[in-house]
Amino acid sequence: MFGRFTDPTAEAFSALQHEPIVLYTVLTIMVLGILVFTVITLCGWWGTLWRNWITTVDHKRIGIMYVVLALVMLVRGFADALMMRLHQAMALGNESAGYLPPDHYDQIFTAHGVIMIFFMATPLLFGLFNYILPLQIGARDVAFPFLNNLGFWITFAGAVLINISLGVGNFGRVGWLAYPPLSELSGSPDTGVDYYLWSLQLSGIATTISAINFVATIIKMRVSGMTMMKLPVFCWTALVANVLILMIYPVLTVALALLIGDRYLGMHFFTNDGGGNPMVWINYVWIFGHPEVYVLVLPAFGILSEVVPTFSSKCLFGYTSMIWAILVILVLSFLVWAHHFFTMGGGISVNTFFSVATMVIAVPTGVKIFNWLFTMYKGRIRLEPPMLWCMGMIFTFVGGGLTGVMLSIAPADWQFHNSLFLVAHFHHTIIGGVVFAYLAGLVYWFPKAFGIKLNRALGIASFWCWFIGFYFSFFPLYILGLMGATRRLQHYIEPSWQPYFIIAMIGALIIALGILFTVLQLLLVVWYGIKHKGRLPVRENDPWGDTRTLEWSISSPPPPYNFAILPSVTTLDAYWHMKTEGTQCKPTRFSRIHMPSNTSAGFWVGILALILGFALVWHIWWLVAFSFIGVISVIILHSFIGDHCGYYLSAMEVQKTEDAFTAAYLKAGGKEI
Amino acid sequence: MENLKKVLGILSVLTLMSLLSGCDVAVLSPTGLVAKAQRDLIIISLILMLCIVIPIMFAVIFFAIKYHASKKDTEYLPDWGISHKVEFFMWSIPICVVSILAMLSAYFTYKYEPSKPLDYAVATDNNPLRINAVALEWKWLFIYPEYGIATINEIYAPTGRQVALQLTAQDTINAFWVPKLGSVLYAMPQMNAKLHLLSEENGRFPGMSANYSGDGFAGMHFTWHSVSNGDFDNWVSRVRRSGNQLNYVTYLELTKKSKSNPVTYFSGVDRDLYYRVVNRCVAEGSKCNEELMRLAAARSLWGELCSVFDVRESIAPVNIRE
Repeated sequence: MFGRFTDPTAEAFSALQHEPIVLYTVLTIMVLGILVFTVITLCGWWGTLWRNWITTVDHKRIGIMYVVLALVMLVRGFADALMMRLHQAMALGNESAGYLPPDHYDQIFTAHGVIMIFFMATPLLFGLFNYILPLQIGARDVAFPFLNNLGFWITFAGAVLINISLGVGNFGRVGWLAYPPLSELSGSPDTGVDYYLWSLQLSGIATTISAINFVATIIKMRVSGMTMMKLPVFCWTALVANVLILMIYPVLTVALALLIGDRYLGMHFFTNDGGGNPMVWINYVWIFGHPEVYVLVLPAFGILSEVVPTFSSKCLFGYTSMIWAILVILVLSFLVWAHHFFTMGGGISVNTFFSVATMVIAVPTGVKIFNWLFTMYKGRIRLEPPMLWCMGMIFTFVGGGLTGVMLSIAPADWQFHNSLFLVAHFHHTIIGGVVFAYLAGLVYWFPKAFGIKLNRALGIASFWCWFIGFYFSFFPLYILGLMGATRRLQHYIEPSWQPYFIIAMIGALIIALGILFTVLQLLLVVWYGIKHKGRLPVRENDPWGDTRTLEWSISSPPPPYNFAILPSVTTLDAYWHMKTEGTQCKPTRFSRIHMPSNTSAGFWVGILALILGFALVWHIWWLVAFSFIGVISVIILHSFIGDHCGYYLSAMEVQKTEDAFTAAYLKAGGKEI
Repeated sequence: MENLKKVLGILSVLTLMSLLSGCDVAVLSPTGLVAKAQRDLIIISLILMLCIVIPIMFAVIFFAIKYHASKKDTEYLPDWGISHKVEFFMWSIPICVVSILAMLSAYFTYKYEPSKPLDYAVATDNNPLRINAVALEWKWLFIYPEYGIATINEIYAPTGRQVALQLTAQDTINAFWVPKLGSVLYAMPQMNAKLHLLSEENGRFPGMSANYSGDGFAGMHFTWHSVSNGDFDNWVSRVRRSGNQLNYVTYLELTKKSKSNPVTYFSGVDRDLYYRVVNRCVAEGSKCNEELMRLAAARSLWGELCSVFDVRESIAPVNIRE
């Protein structure tokens, strides 16, 4: 009836009973949950929430929901990071040093990696894609609006499932890529790896269907005149990232399914006996894992290619070079996976091939850096927060690239492998490259979504905290790696390592301050919203000035239909040319616009998928059957009796919305177009 | 002002030096032949890359100051987006640097391939000391097949003599790493990885597992003692006096999980123990992987069609006749 809950070895509630940290965290989350629930009920917001958010198929709202999910997960993942840094700063001596026992510490580093990659970076990426991409290509929505909603709710289910493991049962203690045989039943008999497997399966499915959606959107929904070589670079990077997703996530899904076969059905794909071979998993998971890095970093390059020209008031240098560089990376990213195990005894030819292929990636990446530099050259640079993030990114990311090339030299990697040098390197590229760029994107496009900019002073403070904090946290790790410290150490015996771990902890605290400033920025906006009773200010469409792409040609925030009249594009940087040539026309005659209708099917599929995942983790087979049939039936029911006709916004309504924008725009002191 | 700059410069260099020299940065102060080559490679690649990276870092800051929007008198080219000259350099400079590094990498990968005996040692007709290492949960077992002895968490090896390690693991994947000597190599169940190391100086070098393998992973450290030939022989006889026997039964006892294990000596080791660990047939009644693979291959379509596995039988009578 209750599956593994009745099995004492699964230790369903032992963490809550024996670990005060877990208990208090769970209590805090519950109290916060109840608080939010009460506020929503008291204010009577459930209806609005249901109609405008939960069942919405509007890409802009789904985008915002993705970003909110990502920010919540950022806080969770960062809390893990802080706990690790605090623990390692104290963990000189033996196993009882520090405040975390090994089984807890091991869960934390596993959760940190999984959450940051799959439930922080990926949702943040899709949040930005969702909000910006259709606007940049002049589309009224994505190609498959329902699929978009479905993708979000399945991601949400995965994120909730992984967080349930905090209180009920435990999480995997296997590292973020769960190498077997440690992740097999022989190495991890409890529920940890099952939580890992099922939450990643959910996230993988969601990511794949979202990628299908965006590839279709970019290929088919571009406004007339926007040929591929007039596509903004962010859209190009999004296209390549989504193609990559379509090629690599199936590999992950299959690899996870095989491991599930091992754990649930007694198969022997990766076991030590019965003909299994753990090395096969390592290859599969890195064929997924390495291109995944480019999935994350390519859109970051795209963001820079939008932000740097805007704040340099200048066109992007070498657009064609940039596009070719992106395409070269698409191909090369599949040829480098074995550099994650130069130390597995691959032999001379394999190691040389993967070493050289890895280095070659530095060429197109370097080209991009030069592109941004020459974009700044002879420009008019304004140091607004998005530009600061971008400059911080370029400055930091080249350092990460430097250590990346050092690691790509196979014989040198034999000394770096799995040391903290490696950990410092990938944080150097992920924080310095991906996070800085995504934050630049968030700050840059925030006024697009909400009509007002984030507070500038807090933004600058946040940037400097992240920037300085980053160097303090990760440079000690480079040195520690060279001193012979490996990653994932619950304790260490070398007294000379401790000062460096303490410096790294101080760095993490400085980054925490940076996150706090970002939260304050957002709270200020929430306060603004409360003061104005939720009515967003509709002001100028081009708050940063000298923006270049179509998303800035419409009001901020955009109306539900995005473009009243679809623009026609003749050049790259369409909006910039409209402004310089004065061809921005203010339409006077509107026609009715077709809109897709909301649906709750995605939400129900998400909830049922969550129940399915939970039941599978705990072996509650009747609930598995029930929720699985549920998921399938909801999809079938939605296909046959769902509302697929959509509805029309009449020309009058469009006129009214556009007039209201013009009025607000003029009132705020805007120039007549 | 000039003096202040000098003082600041000296101070910063001193801080850096004290930060790095106050403690022993193992990878940069190696004692092993392989690790020394790797240190040189690391430093060369770092310098080469810095030649590109430092100008970029400098340019970001310099451009932000020089072309700041407040400076209206600097040149402003809003539509300057194509320059084939610049793009030529943009692609060719990284290509040049990467080509140099690629050649270096290929050369060193060939020269220091862990499974190959070290050139230097071959040239000096240096017959290697063989050590078979097994990563257990959570300790290292080192078997000296030529001496018939074994230890837990301790290696003694003569300085200047090449050591040929074979690595495997019992349960989970680990990696063998002595930072002062060089080259991490995975110790994996069912696999037999070969690693050649050589220490050029006497000393005690910390070693560890470099791949996370579960709860007791952090305690999987061992010490590599590089000693003179005489001291090595003394140590061998010390181990021989311990009286512990490592046979199938005591080995299975060792495979049980245990953390932070003390150094232990075994004066006798079953001859085929390491072979059986790699082939996973230490437990009584289990078939070795090599045998299983032979059976599976014989049963496969290829085996049946070509019947290469019957060759021995058909040749055997001929031999007898001779």
